[in-house]
Amino acid sequence: MSLFLMFAYIVRRIAQSFIVLLAVSLICFAIFQFMGDPVLTLAGRYATQAQQDLVRKTLGLDRPFYTQYFSFIANAIRGDFGLSYVTQVPVLRLIFERLPASIELAITAMFLSLFLGITLGVVSSLKPHSLGSRVIMTGSLFGISLPTFLVGILLILVLGVSLRALPPFGRGRVIKVIGNWRTGFLTIDGLRHLILPALTLGMYQLAVLLRLTRGGMLEALQEDYTRTAWAKGLSQRIVMFKHALRNVLIPVVTIAGLQMGELIAFSIVTESIFQWPGSGNLLLTSIYETDHPVIVAYVMITALIVLTINIFIDILYGILNPKISYD
Amino acid sequence: MIRHLLQSKLLSHYVRDLSAVVGSVILLIVLLGAIFAPFIAPQDPYDPKTLSLQDSLTPPIWMKGGQAPFLLGTDDQGRDILSTILYGCRTSFLVGSSVILIAGTIGVTVGLLAAFYSGILDTVTMRIADTFFSFSTTLMAMLLLGIFKGGGIPLVILAIVIADWVRYARTMRGSVLGVKEDDYIQAARACGGSNLRIMIRHILPNAIPPILVVAAVDFGAVVMLEATLSFLGVGVPINKPSLGMMISLGKNYIYAGKWWLIIFPGIALISIVLGINLLADWLREELNPRLGQR
Repeated sequence: MSLFLMFAYIVRRIAQSFIVLLAVSLICFAIFQFMGDPVLTLAGRYATQAQQDLVRKTLGLDRPFYTQYFSFIANAIRGDFGLSYVTQVPVLRLIFERLPASIELAITAMFLSLFLGITLGVVSSLKPHSLGSRVIMTGSLFGISLPTFLVGILLILVLGVSLRALPPFGRGRVIKVIGNWRTGFLTIDGLRHLILPALTLGMYQLAVLLRLTRGGMLEALQEDYTRTAWAKGLSQRIVMFKHALRNVLIPVVTIAGLQMGELIAFSIVTESIFQWPGSGNLLLTSIYETDHPVIVAYVMITALIVLTINIFIDILYGILNPKISYD
Repeated sequence: MIRHLLQSKLLSHYVRDLSAVVGSVILLIVLLGAIFAPFIAPQDPYDPKTLSLQDSLTPPIWMKGGQAPFLLGTDDQGRDILSTILYGCRTSFLVGSSVILIAGTIGVTVGLLAAFYSGILDTVTMRIADTFFSFSTTLMAMLLLGIFKGGGIPLVILAIVIADWVRYARTMRGSVLGVKEDDYIQAARACGGSNLRIMIRHILPNAIPPILVVAAVDFGAVVMLEATLSFLGVGVPINKPSLGMMISLGKNYIYAGKWWLIIFPGIALISIVLGINLLADWLREELNPRLGQR
């Protein structure tokens, strides 16, 4: 089959994603068009009508809706999302400056939650009624019942303030790698600063994946193919990982992918709590300041990232489970 | 009647499931506290007449410097923490139950219609749902509230409903597709039942159980979302009680060692969400037909 079918599938998914992106941009644009006039914020509360009109004209906000939208799309395709209302700096530069910090945090959190979530899930499914498993399950129940901001605040309170074990804010020492990319991965100080925010961001995800893995493993271990594998005298390692876990990973990976959007949203919360100099923090400031171009660009970029990751996950899905066909 | 209830499977499983009992007890305590807040709270924390700045930042009563009516201490405005928590829980329950009722009704209706009539209606609604899904609920509610500033609690509810109904629509659609072709539906059709009658009398009751589980989990999620939004300053307005806002305020005093500003509202918030999650776990196992024949 199937290389061709898979290729056709990917092309179709990309086309669909473009339609979704267009819809997202249209919705964003429509909302901003009708709600919250930035001119009032920018020209100042005491501006005269003439001053307001001038601001409106220079920003091009006096043109009809569809003209504004099409010029936005035409510019966006060329990678130009306009200038920030507040700082008058190209929006994309503003976001890209802060993106490395956000990506490093998100990747670390994702890795933590996938690794710990799957490992602890498997461990707790081996002896589901042992004390250790019960502790893990109770912990995971708290993990899904604590909002991200509370996890962050509690970690700061206990590990940052009371015990003074880890730095509670900022990114620490960063090293310039290439271009604008400054990394905190390469210094001890940077890594120490990463621990609390990454734990905060990954905690909910970790708990969800743990419970999913455990549930899946408990079911898979009852299946005939697992019993056959045991009966063949295969080692525990092979049965657990090659037979049971492989099938369990399919829904786990799917959910992890679906949670990407939430991960990005929660990174906004996490960055704000830990004063992390990332793009989520930028978005929050822009919301407070009614800086529409930054918000639109941020939403478009995150939608693009989420859609791309979901396409990759669908492909990964096919590799993990040969039974799925792309038609 | 009571005897019938006592013998029912649902109840006996419920009593055997310790975590479900614990969950509902926790939830019930917080709910009662929230409902009767005006009667049991030592102070009305949003009536400026009862506040005194001299009482500000009093520690809990068992600590050095603790004062009589302020069981769990006070915040920087001199508001009693326990009273503010009770009133804050009211907001949590109000927002949580309004959202699951409204978003649930919209989502169930849309999902039912889409799955029943399929075709173009199904395609269009599900593409809209996909678009909503590529946003996250949290991000979407955050953006909506960032744009429509200053609308009070009804606006918070509306923003979360707009971001959240898709969850119900998708679940309902899948559930309806699962029962739509069943024999009893064919039988109802053969008996000459109208579309409306078949949808409401036959499909709806059989397709609704997964929605109950989704709603239970979602209640917890909505309570957390409201707290998060208020924590970030885009949720409930500043003159209304909210657990999220209390914690946000406590954050300013985190280095000053005023831990009671954070810990107590935090415990209240966790209790609500943990309670409903324990109940949801039990409901999921009860309603899952694959686990039913044990």
